[in-house]
Amino acid sequence: MGFEGIGASVRRKEDVRFLSGKGNYTDDINRPGQLYAVIKRADRAHAKINSINIAAASAAPGVVKVFVGDDMAADGVGGIPCGWQIHNQDGSPMAEPAHPAIATGKVRHVGDPVAVVIATTKQEARNAAELLEIDYTDLPAVAHLTDAVKPGAVEVHDGVAGNICYDWAIGDKAVIDGVFANAHKVVKLELTNNRLIPNAMEPRVALGDYDTSSGEFTLYTTSQNPHVIRLLMGAFVLHIPENKLRVFAPDVGGGFGSKIYHYAEEAIVTWAAGKLRRPVKWTADRGESFMSDAHGRDHVSTAEMAIDQEGHFLGLRITTLANMGAYLSTFAPAVPTYLYATLLSGVYKTPVIYCNVKAVFTNTVPVDAYRGAGRPEATYLLERLVDVIAYETGIDKVELRRKNFIPADAFPYQTPVALQYDSGDYQTTLRVGLKNADWDGFEARRAEAKKRGKLRGIGISTYVEACGIAPSAVVGSLGARAGLYEVAEIRVHPTGSVTVFTGTHSHGQGHETTLAQLVVDQLGVPFDQVEVVHGDTAKIPFGMGTYGSRSLAVGGSAMVKAMDKVIAKGKKIAAHLMEASVEDIEFKNNTFTVAGTDKSKTLTDISLAAYVPHNYPIEELEPGLDETAFYDPKNFTFPGGCHIAEVEIDPETGVVAMVNFTAVDDVGRVINPMIVEGQVQGGVAQGIGQALMEGCGYDADGQLTTGSFMDYTMPRANDIPNMSVATENTMCTHNPLGSKGCGEVGAIGSPPAVINAVVDALKDYGVRHLDMPATGPKLWSIIQASTPRMAAE
Amino acid sequence: MYDFTYQKPSSLADAVKVLSGDMEAKALAGGQTFIPVLKQRLNKPSTVVDLSKLGLSGITVAGDKIVIGAMTRHADIASNPDIQAKIPGLAHQASLIGDEAVRHRGTMGGSLANNDPAACYPSAILALGGTIKTDRRSIAADDFFQGMFTTALEQGEIITSIELPIPQKSAYEKFRNPASRYAIVGVFVAKHASGVRLAITGAGQGGVFRHTEMEKALSANFSPDAINGIVTPADDLNSDIHASSEYRAHLIGVVSKRAVAKAA
Repeated sequence: MGFEGIGASVRRKEDVRFLSGKGNYTDDINRPGQLYAVIKRADRAHAKINSINIAAASAAPGVVKVFVGDDMAADGVGGIPCGWQIHNQDGSPMAEPAHPAIATGKVRHVGDPVAVVIATTKQEARNAAELLEIDYTDLPAVAHLTDAVKPGAVEVHDGVAGNICYDWAIGDKAVIDGVFANAHKVVKLELTNNRLIPNAMEPRVALGDYDTSSGEFTLYTTSQNPHVIRLLMGAFVLHIPENKLRVFAPDVGGGFGSKIYHYAEEAIVTWAAGKLRRPVKWTADRGESFMSDAHGRDHVSTAEMAIDQEGHFLGLRITTLANMGAYLSTFAPAVPTYLYATLLSGVYKTPVIYCNVKAVFTNTVPVDAYRGAGRPEATYLLERLVDVIAYETGIDKVELRRKNFIPADAFPYQTPVALQYDSGDYQTTLRVGLKNADWDGFEARRAEAKKRGKLRGIGISTYVEACGIAPSAVVGSLGARAGLYEVAEIRVHPTGSVTVFTGTHSHGQGHETTLAQLVVDQLGVPFDQVEVVHGDTAKIPFGMGTYGSRSLAVGGSAMVKAMDKVIAKGKKIAAHLMEASVEDIEFKNNTFTVAGTDKSKTLTDISLAAYVPHNYPIEELEPGLDETAFYDPKNFTFPGGCHIAEVEIDPETGVVAMVNFTAVDDVGRVINPMIVEGQVQGGVAQGIGQALMEGCGYDADGQLTTGSFMDYTMPRANDIPNMSVATENTMCTHNPLGSKGCGEVGAIGSPPAVINAVVDALKDYGVRHLDMPATGPKLWSIIQASTPRMAAE
Repeated sequence: MYDFTYQKPSSLADAVKVLSGDMEAKALAGGQTFIPVLKQRLNKPSTVVDLSKLGLSGITVAGDKIVIGAMTRHADIASNPDIQAKIPGLAHQASLIGDEAVRHRGTMGGSLANNDPAACYPSAILALGGTIKTDRRSIAADDFFQGMFTTALEQGEIITSIELPIPQKSAYEKFRNPASRYAIVGVFVAKHASGVRLAITGAGQGGVFRHTEMEKALSANFSPDAINGIVTPADDLNSDIHASSEYRAHLIGVVSKRAVAKAA
């Protein structure tokens, strides 16, 4: 057993059960007498429900009950709530139309629940669902942003004029217009950020249970944040007091944001279990995941940068349309505002920034945070715009970035868009990135590729993001309806082993390993004597879960605070046992020592004394060694870095091959380098997916055209190159670990690097910009359209 | 999937009897298309007749032919030394179908009977000029493929083996659908003593087809340059969110040249 503390690449302890088929996922849980729910979903994007005839379905073999939306409404069930309220420019609140768990009156997107059939087997429930007779009157639908804001567009919700959920802005319009009026040059770029479907490996599952003896409800669910679900569902939807509602998210097979939200199915099965007095389980099939998991991204933006003669950025002016889908998902309104527009300074000292965001309802699946959440959209916009500025001015794209960087000695740096960056060193991550990618050797590689008939390009992205979400008072003032602190309980057992109860949730990130390493480091307890418990509201204190790369920066900091309390109490016990003054007790390597003597007690001596307090300062100190700490971060954390992509395009087919990828990230203190590398690799893979392959499609009628893996292109292992992943870290200055977060950097930094590389590869074809995904046929069309012009030159 | 009865007959005659006597009965070979279709409730057979006990697997060399049992798995075709040596295009093609799991379950007979317009094998069988042997007759490849998901097979007719003439040269080149990994354009080229046959899968609205203009040019000069400038009209080609008919028409030229280069 070697070094297993902070900085050690300890192998992930959870992987043994995951890789040997012993994981305990929600669908692995079955309760006695369990029934199965199948949800009948709208097969059309927008329609009035005239009637639902449930007679045949209700009489079908095995069917226990069929519920429709009116049944839930009649029982006083509330709509699915939204967790963040944004205000319009005029100060009025955003439009927040009702979101019934099961549709009433109208369906508003393909996949909208219309009824639930509950039967003794899933097969019977499926059979019966086919017997439901739903009489619809089809309504015109609107799926695309630019269509939804056209005058006279169909209204997704009655009374939400122009489909505008909110019209929000940051910055001073008059000031920015003044900057542009006097600028040397303005560079303008119109771009879209393609809509994505998260596709976690494990589909969503919800199992509701009701204990008739205690009156307690339990929801087993695929969630990233069980306490948030308990609060939202208990308080706003089902009106179940929290003391009678347990939410348990056991092993969860990937989330990427899509399992943050409170979904209708959770409310449906929990409510139905109470009605029927039997457990009710719903398991999504893959097709349902495509049409019911919250989607990501989907922006259309116009970006303009005012620059001076030397290429210094003077002002940035942006208008963005952001798709909300048909209903507001839990955190949807925050994504294109406080997780997007506040990042538009990027790594640059742009002095004036203005951004107007209109959030728009459409007849599509709700859109919410997906790995990176707003920050990939900001980074993509900015890093594409910087490359276009280089293209139009002829200034070298690396030089242009360097001359506009926030310098390393400028921290803390107050951006014009509300954030204050605490630390960073963008010149260093850039320098190391260029070196690791052999930037200077690129032209030789391009020439060599040309001999093979390939168009080779290189692209760079220098980025910063904000995570470690978030200071509660700050987000509260911005419209969050929740606090975003984190909690940890450190329970030292009588024999010195430790259980950590964390409010964060691991759904692939390896917390059981990383968080245990913090205990190894601070308390000196061996790795195999530390257990991390998460996911069960019956066990853990009220925590906010995992998203926004917050688990270590916020949850880990709560652990540090709780362990500080353990040590402080341990010192008092040690002082008593060793008849010394508390001030003279030192704690190191699992041992309490009286300073300057050879008198010492191990943590186990102390914990045993704490639980068997025969010789104990019982007048002054409670028994036990079990401490809880809540940690509310003082600021966001600001990981950043430099991503460099290298691609080769086959000009005969337009197909792009990723040939090199280099990431140099600043993630603050690294606990487990292997896990950080894995997180970056995974994020980059998703970023490459967005840049080259993925794109959720809706046709003009709102039908999902990419509703399965036959049509939605997920990146696969052989699409992803071996990548060079390194870190060049500056410490976060305001949390005790110095950690910033690493879960999203890959997905944030990489898409513009890839597209910049594709555009660079096509530089002889007069390409200034192209939208993601850069698919073969798209590039082939560009090459075809350009070839005659080249020939004429 | 919907409920159905399941039968696993141990003689070809019994299997034919069940399938012939019931219009709603369906044969199960490797199931790599059929089972997902059942799971999505897109098909509602009365009876599923499992063909795995009929002894229809195996690969044998018979003079100037290779005979492949209808239930032979893709993985076995890809790794068979005789096929690798004598029809390398076919071994390579089998190695590109689906993923590892699909290749260890899916069968050549099942794929041919299904005749998915984007499946790989139809292009090999057509370009090789193979013969499909069934429980009752022999069908030339040129007569077998009759359009998208349509073959010459009669109700209850079961493919027993596929007889493939050994060509002088062969190669397969596949341009994949990036999502499904089926062929957007797959080209199998075979140089026989009697001339060149070149078949294209994935592109045609009517399923696999031979490109006679290319065949003629290649029969005269078996080199990629021989098909320079041969334009394939887009009119009868598939168009979907992954590839327009114009893109497919262009790819036919590119992929065919690459297949010829590989074979030559």
